[in-house]
Amino acid sequence: MKAFYGTTLPNPLMLGTAQYPSPTILEQAFRASGAGVATVSLRREGAGGTGQTFWAMIRDLGVQILPNTAGCHTIKEAVTTAQMAREVFDTTWIKLELIGHTDSLQPDVFQLVEAARILTEDGFQVFPYTTEDLIVGERLLEAGCEVLMPWGAPIGSGRGLNNKYALRAMRAEFPDVPLVIDAGIGLPSHAAHAMELGYDAVLLNTAVARAGDPIEMAQAMALAVQAGQLARQADPIEPRDMAEASTPVVGKAFLS
Amino acid sequence: MKIVLNGETRDVRAETLFDLLVECGFSGRVATAVNEEFVPSSLRIGRELKDGDRIEVLSPMQGG
Repeated sequence: MKAFYGTTLPNPLMLGTAQYPSPTILEQAFRASGAGVATVSLRREGAGGTGQTFWAMIRDLGVQILPNTAGCHTIKEAVTTAQMAREVFDTTWIKLELIGHTDSLQPDVFQLVEAARILTEDGFQVFPYTTEDLIVGERLLEAGCEVLMPWGAPIGSGRGLNNKYALRAMRAEFPDVPLVIDAGIGLPSHAAHAMELGYDAVLLNTAVARAGDPIEMAQAMALAVQAGQLARQADPIEPRDMAEASTPVVGKAFLS
Repeated sequence: MKIVLNGETRDVRAETLFDLLVECGFSGRVATAVNEEFVPSSLRIGRELKDGDRIEVLSPMQGG
């Protein structure tokens, strides 16, 4: 498994922390999945210091923290959010989201590249939420990113891998870059497919948090990414158009 | 002095960002920005506030 900015993860599952029915279920889902990375965010501190309680729980999970810049629409906003996150979470990792379209939450890749450059120069290790566009990927690498995170489908849509051809091309184009499918996963089969394509990790949130039983779904996702990873390593067969008998013809009895 | 704290107009006595956090009861891990500029925790004590400043105090939250 490739290292992410020098860190080797225990498994290829990165799990979000939002939308769970309760903090207890969130904690149990994490433990059930064995996910090595938790994505988190920053929001205005409310009365009662709810953020501090959340932080204590996440810290106790003992996983790698990946703060995001979710909801940011401008470079300035994203850079400032990243700076604040670095201080609060005490990490140089940042999941850089620069949203360009309200309905699809599609990343604004032009601003994304510039923000990635600014943050890299400031010492951040950037995980950019991007599209499957190869040229944008190249630009992000030139800007200093050492990881790319193309979307599978729009955030929260659960549609799986919308453009498998392009995602396969991306894997082929950047063979040595850690690639993460970020967003759009709805089912374990989607996560397995991402790993079968040769991706290094899958980042998901809604599919687990909004499932009827988030703990079971977290387990299912963990098994799926492991199955997909093993399958990729095992060098799967290529699909073919015509049937090919698997049982030997030689030695078949003549009975008609 | 009137400032805007996390989107709400407040009348406060504090004259620095550090004092404002104390006055408003913030503790633990928070990050601060004044007028859309990040202010590291080490600089809060010397960061003077003025009437109309917009202050953001953010803390860890669930995210995807």
